[in-house]
Amino acid sequence: MSPTKEEIISKLRQEMIRWEGFRAPQPGTSNDLGLGAVAFAFPDGVFPTGAIHEFISNSPENTAASGGFITGLVQKLLSNGGACLWISYTRRIYPPALKLFGVDPDRVIFVDVPLQKDVLWVTEEALKCEGVATVICETKDLSFTESQRLQLAVEKSHATGFILRKDVKKANTTACVTRWQIRPVRSHLRIGMPGVGHPRWQVELLKVRNGKPGNWTIEWKKQSFQTVTAPQIIEPKRRYA
Amino acid sequence: MPKRFASIWFRHLLTDQKAIRQPGLKGKAYVFAEPDHGRMLIMAVTDAARKYGVTEGMTVADARVIAPDLHVFDGKAGRNLKLLTALAEWFLRYTPLVQLDPPDGLLLDITGCTHLKGGEKAYLQEIVARLKAIGYDVRPAIADTIGAAWGVARCATSGLIVPVGEHRNALMPLPPSALRLAMDQLMKLRNLGMHQISSFIYMPNSVLRRRFGKNMVLRLHQALGQEVEYLFPIKEPVPYSERLECLEAIRTRPAIEIALNNLLERLCKRLYGEGLGLRSATLTWYRIDGKNGKITIGTNHASNRVQHLFKLFFNHLDTVAPGLGIELFTLDANKTEPISDKQSELWSAKGGVDSTEVAELLDRVAGRIGTAHINRYLPGEHYWPERTPQANADIKKAPESEWRTDKPRPMQILDKPEPIEAMALTPDYPPKLFIWKGEQHVIVGADGPERIEREWWLEPGEHRDYYVAEDEAGRRYWLFRSGHYNAENNQHWYLHGFFA
Repeated sequence: MSPTKEEIISKLRQEMIRWEGFRAPQPGTSNDLGLGAVAFAFPDGVFPTGAIHEFISNSPENTAASGGFITGLVQKLLSNGGACLWISYTRRIYPPALKLFGVDPDRVIFVDVPLQKDVLWVTEEALKCEGVATVICETKDLSFTESQRLQLAVEKSHATGFILRKDVKKANTTACVTRWQIRPVRSHLRIGMPGVGHPRWQVELLKVRNGKPGNWTIEWKKQSFQTVTAPQIIEPKRRYA
Repeated sequence: MPKRFASIWFRHLLTDQKAIRQPGLKGKAYVFAEPDHGRMLIMAVTDAARKYGVTEGMTVADARVIAPDLHVFDGKAGRNLKLLTALAEWFLRYTPLVQLDPPDGLLLDITGCTHLKGGEKAYLQEIVARLKAIGYDVRPAIADTIGAAWGVARCATSGLIVPVGEHRNALMPLPPSALRLAMDQLMKLRNLGMHQISSFIYMPNSVLRRRFGKNMVLRLHQALGQEVEYLFPIKEPVPYSERLECLEAIRTRPAIEIALNNLLERLCKRLYGEGLGLRSATLTWYRIDGKNGKITIGTNHASNRVQHLFKLFFNHLDTVAPGLGIELFTLDANKTEPISDKQSELWSAKGGVDSTEVAELLDRVAGRIGTAHINRYLPGEHYWPERTPQANADIKKAPESEWRTDKPRPMQILDKPEPIEAMALTPDYPPKLFIWKGEQHVIVGADGPERIEREWWLEPGEHRDYYVAEDEAGRRYWLFRSGHYNAENNQHWYLHGFFA
C-alpha cells in the first residue's frame, strides 16, 4: 500500500525541520521543561533544546522577568549535568535569587565581560564547548550574521543558548529559533490577603520556527511553571493595610 | 657528594669598575668618598692610593695632606649592590646557585660544577683570568663550608683551594677576622692576644659564648661545618624549564608557532611522566639585538595537554615582535600541580562545572578578558545583601552552607541603590507611591518590612528596612528605607532591585 499524499507531506515536513537545525530529543532524555500548555506551540510539542532562543526586553523590570523565566527553564536543562555560563557586559543579576527558581547559584559561572564587543565572542566559544549545557548571554545588539554563527555553534555542541537582549529599540531579524517577550503582570493572591503573590508573567512567544506563536500568562509556583488559563477577574483596588 | 662552596672576593670592586669605565685612571691613586656627618669619608681606595697610606674610613681632608695628587670621586650608596647583582648574573654561567655577599663578594655553590671546566683549579683559573681580562682584581677560594671559603679568600695568601675535609686545618693559622665577626669582637680578641683562630678554637663553647656572645660561636661552627648554613640564590631555579636554541634567527609567525609547539611537547611529556600539570607558564624569547619579552599564561586546571596550552599561548602570539630575529626561546613552568586522574569523570555523561572541557574553555576566555572577570558565587555568611553572594574564582570549591530561600530576593540588583522619592503614610508601612526616573509608580501590594542591620564590625551606617512592592502594572520592586522613620526629616528611600 503506497503512502497517501498527506503522509508523504508530513514526512517531508519532519525532514525539513531536521534540516533546519531542529533535532528530536534523544531517546532516554526527557526534554519536558515543565512548560505545560506553552510546549504545544513548538514543533512536535517539545521545547527545542540545542538551539538559540532570543528574549527581548526594554526595561529593567522586563529583564528581571525574563531572567526569572530563563532560570526556570535552565533548572531542568541542568538536571542532566553540564555547566551553565551567564555572560554579560553590565551584570545586575543577583545570584542568590537563582535559588528561588531552582538553580544552585554556585553551579553557574558568571562571566562579566569588560568590553561589549567581547560578549558575543565569549558566548560563541562557550556554546562550542562540549561540557556546557546552557549559556545565557545578556547583550544589546545581535545582528543576523552573529545569530547565524551562534546557531551553527550550538548545532555541533547541543548546548542551549539564551540571548537576553536589553534595551532593544528595534527587533531585527535573527536566525534564532524563537523570540520571546516576558513582562511582569500583577500577582494574584486569595481575595483579601495583603502582600505580593507568586511571580507572574505575560509570556509572549513572538516568533517560533515551524511552530505557532502565542501568548500566555504563567506563574512560577512550587518550583514549576503554572499556566494561568482562565482570565482572572481583576478585583477592585486592594488595600494592603 | 660533599658540598663545595666558592667565595669570590672583589678586592677593589668600586675602583676597578671606575677604571673599566675610564681606562685613563688605571694605576692612578683615586678614592671614592661619601658625605658622613658633614665631612667626606673615604669608602673605597685603589692600591696606588694605599701606598701613600690612605685607607678606608679616613676623611678626604686628611688623605689630601698625605697624597696631594689624589683624585676624589663621589660615591653612591647602594652602588656596590648593583654591581654585585650584575656580576652575580654573569656568574650564572659557572653555577646556577649564586648568592650576593655584600659589601664586596659573591658566594657560589659549585658542587658538581667544577668538572665541566676540568677540575677545581682550572675552574678558579678561568674565573680569575676572565675577570682580570675585564678589569677586576679578585681573590677566590674553594672550601667545604661557606665560612671557610669566605675566610680563606680574604685572609689566606696561598692554598686557596682547600681540599675536602681540610677546612679545619686551613682555618687554624688565619686571623680571627676570617670568621666574619663584628668589629668589637675582633678588638676584644686582639686585646686578649688571640691573633690566630688556633689560639681559641679549642676553648669550650660555653666560655666563648660568655666572653664573646652567641654570634661568635655560630660563626665558628659555620666555618667548621658543625652548623648548617644555607645559600640564598639570586635566582630561584625553575624545576621545569625547556630551552630551544635556534640555529638561525627566527622571524616568521609559523616558525614561532613551531618553536612553541616543540617546547610545549617536550615540557608536557616530562610533566606527564611525573603525573603533573601546568598551572602557570612563561614563554620568554631572546632577540638577536639583546631585547627580550615574555608571555605568561595561567590555567584553571592543572593541564599537560599540548593543544590546549598551545591555544592559550596562541591568543597572545601577536605580541611577539621578532625584530631582526629570535635566537632563543625558553619555556618555564612557574607552577605545577599533580593532575587528578580522569577515571572518575567517565561516569558522568556531561561533566559538571569542573570538567576538563569547561576548565579549558574558561582558560581561553580568561586569556582574552582576564581572570578577574570570571566568577562563581558561593553563599556568604552575611545578611547584608551586597555581601550575601561571595565571589570565588575557584571552580572546584563546594559551598559550605546552604543558599537561603526563606526571604524574597530580587532577580536583578542595582550595584548602588538609587534614591527615589517615596510617600509613606505611617511608620513601618510601605510607601503608597514612589517616583523613580521621573515615573510615578502607585503601589498596590507590598510585603515587609524586612529589617537588615548593617554589619557594624565591617562598616558604620544605618540599617535598612526592605519592602517588596508591586505597582499597578505588576512590576515588582525591592525598596528600602535607610534608618528609622522620622516624621520631620526627609525620608531616605532607595530602589535596590527588581523582582522577576
